Amino acid sequence: MEERRYRSASGAPLALRCRQHSASCRELAVRCPRLQLRSLSAVTSAVWLAAYGLFVLCQNSMVLSAAIFLTLIGLIIYLHFVKIDQESLLVIGSLGIQVTSSYASGKESTTFIEMSQVKDVVINEAIHMQKVIYYLCILLQDPQDPQGVSEVVPLFQSSQPRLDCLIEVYKSCHEILDQRKAASQSDGVK
Amino acid sequence: MVLKVFFPSCCSSAESGILIGRWIPEQSSAVILAVVHFPFIPVQVKQYLREVQQVTKVSVSVLGSWNNSKQEKEESLSEFLEDLGTIFSHEPWIQISKEGDSKFWNCSTLQKQPDNHREEEIILVYYDQRKVMLSHLHPPSDTADLGAEDASKLSAIFNTVASSKVLFMTDRYDDGPIKMTHWQSDGIEASIIVELMKQASVPACMLLTFLLSLVSGVCNSRVLKFWPLSFLWSKLSTCEQLGHRLQHLQVISSSKKAQNQTQLMRKANIFVSLLIDVALGILLMSWLYRKNQIGHLADTLIPVADHVAEELQDLLQWLMGAPAGLKMNRALDQVLGRFFLYHIHLWISYIHLMSPFIEMILWYVGLSACLGLTVALCILSDIIALLTFHIYCFYVYGARLYCLKIYGLSSLWRLFRGKKWNVLRQRVDSCSYDLDQLFIGTLLFTILLFLLPTTALYYLVFTLLCLLVVIVQGLIHLLVDLIDSLPLYSIILRFCRSYRLAAGVKFRVLEQQDGKPLRLLMQLHPCRHPSLVLPLSMGTGELKQESRKLVTQESMGTGEQKTGHSSVGKRKIQLLKKQCLYQPSVLWQCGADIQAADLQLLP
Repeated sequence: MEERRYRSASGAPLALRCRQHSASCRELAVRCPRLQLRSLSAVTSAVWLAAYGLFVLCQNSMVLSAAIFLTLIGLIIYLHFVKIDQESLLVIGSLGIQVTSSYASGKESTTFIEMSQVKDVVINEAIHMQKVIYYLCILLQDPQDPQGVSEVVPLFQSSQPRLDCLIEVYKSCHEILDQRKAASQSDGVK
Repeated sequence: MVLKVFFPSCCSSAESGILIGRWIPEQSSAVILAVVHFPFIPVQVKQYLREVQQVTKVSVSVLGSWNNSKQEKEESLSEFLEDLGTIFSHEPWIQISKEGDSKFWNCSTLQKQPDNHREEEIILVYYDQRKVMLSHLHPPSDTADLGAEDASKLSAIFNTVASSKVLFMTDRYDDGPIKMTHWQSDGIEASIIVELMKQASVPACMLLTFLLSLVSGVCNSRVLKFWPLSFLWSKLSTCEQLGHRLQHLQVISSSKKAQNQTQLMRKANIFVSLLIDVALGILLMSWLYRKNQIGHLADTLIPVADHVAEELQDLLQWLMGAPAGLKMNRALDQVLGRFFLYHIHLWISYIHLMSPFIEMILWYVGLSACLGLTVALCILSDIIALLTFHIYCFYVYGARLYCLKIYGLSSLWRLFRGKKWNVLRQRVDSCSYDLDQLFIGTLLFTILLFLLPTTALYYLVFTLLCLLVVIVQGLIHLLVDLIDSLPLYSIILRFCRSYRLAAGVKFRVLEQQDGKPLRLLMQLHPCRHPSLVLPLSMGTGELKQESRKLVTQESMGTGEQKTGHSSVGKRKIQLLKKQCLYQPSVLWQCGADIQAADLQLLP
């Protein structure tokens, strides 16, 4: 199990952890930067200052308690639904690929894609505003058309690692995916 | 290829024995369904498996051996188990052994043909048999298609477990020749209440069907189809709601079993929705009939109607003067104003005439709330419509007048320019008019043009009032549709027994040890998106749309436009379902589309 440091597209530090469970099973996890204390306190103080200003204007103490309540609820919603702590990819050779995002509150949302649906794992480029960003994605097979792609599933969307990290992940994935191709070719030869 | 062994977690502590299950050669995976313990007679085991295969159409066979040794010895047992491989010939013969309380098991295969010397990697996947059996992860289209190549691998496994129900019916208290361990071997799970309800449901369904046939026979009789009555029924939303509920009851009480999962869920949803509806209705009734609430309501009704009429009179007086500083044509203003004022006067007289009977009528009408809260809400909406009937009348007068005026104006404008509307060719043609035609036409045109602001103002004011009433009615109908089509059963199932609505699987890697096979735990992952739950509510919404269409228009042909909305919504849902993993779905978008089609104003 190794852990290496990389950067995201916006410059934040990321950590990639690669773990090999067996010859055909590998887990790659990208850990996003944690919630910064200074941004949290900046937002909280801004909201509370605004509430205090309103209180001074209208002399109603409900504004203050409403502001506290709102800050708490907003923080809980942010941690549970928005802030992603870690995004991981579990590649199991003959079963499939599992994509997990774990949120800061501990919630995990997983999606499992069976190996028969996976056509390929590629790195794509996208032009976003003034930048060109790279992202890793899984191409799903179209059941009707063997050459066609029915869907593109982007990975690591909230951590957005840069190209060097993506190349590492790409190489790891392809080591396992190529085993499957080799196995199917040898079966075909027989 | 990698060999995958799906092992039920309930058999982890079973005694040594042989493994029975299904071998899927295309995927190189073995689904283990149960463990058969010693002593057994091989011939009997084979016969039993053949019987099971006949019933379930699943090719169950002996796959290997399971050795759970509590102590370190018993090497003779392992040799004996290897020899079993020769009796039950299966390629490959899987041997799983567990020592003491160790978490890491040994798993090896015996290949008869030694020509493939490759080291096969083995993956052990633990699964919870009960949850996998009760979840309906296989898509409904290919339930009978166990051998298809392009069926998804996991759905084949789920199918295998779900179809082998018969295998799980024998428990350890049976006196058969074969002793097995599976998820029900400690005693078959059953609930007395569920069994009793199943027994009672058959005669109940038959009774309900008979009653419903009587009621629908009465409803469809010729007596009720004469013109004034059928027009009335079509306008009252209560009748529509009652018809809708009747349809629901017919769906529930039909004696055919549900073919697939979606039909079962739809039936269950309708049943729960009906129950909740009736419960809420009875609650409402108990609140209405205590402490003379009906009397209070009746007492406030007349003053409210009077107040509305007074407000309308004030409004008309304002319009007859100089509303918002605009200068109206005095004569037309006075005529229209007096005409509407007279209407209001008539209306108030009728209301006052009816006032002694209101309480009694309300009392009897309130009794119908026991049919459900939706019926009570529909009655409320109808009462509002009846009480504001005069506003609707004013709107109709204003709209007709305005429509006539616009029609006349456009025709005379064409005359002014020397053109005519050619009805045959549906276009505007030039035409030479006589002098007297031009003279009178221009005169009339000028008159109509200068009378336009007055009529337009009346039209605007009464349209806005009517819109207000329609909005209130629309909100009530929205609430009624919400109660009708909310899939409560699915929601409750999602929270209480989430494995029954599983949308996918989740694999967790358990602790590994070098040299031992890879261990994974397969868990069911509940559906997160409403896309799985929404098609069920779409079904009932569609039914309502259909029933509305049939009631308002006699022929199916004119209903094409309205079905356009629901079919677009349905297509949207199917697209969402296909990509349900990666696109957020809008919850009530399609419900809102259907509602928009209802709020229609008169031309």
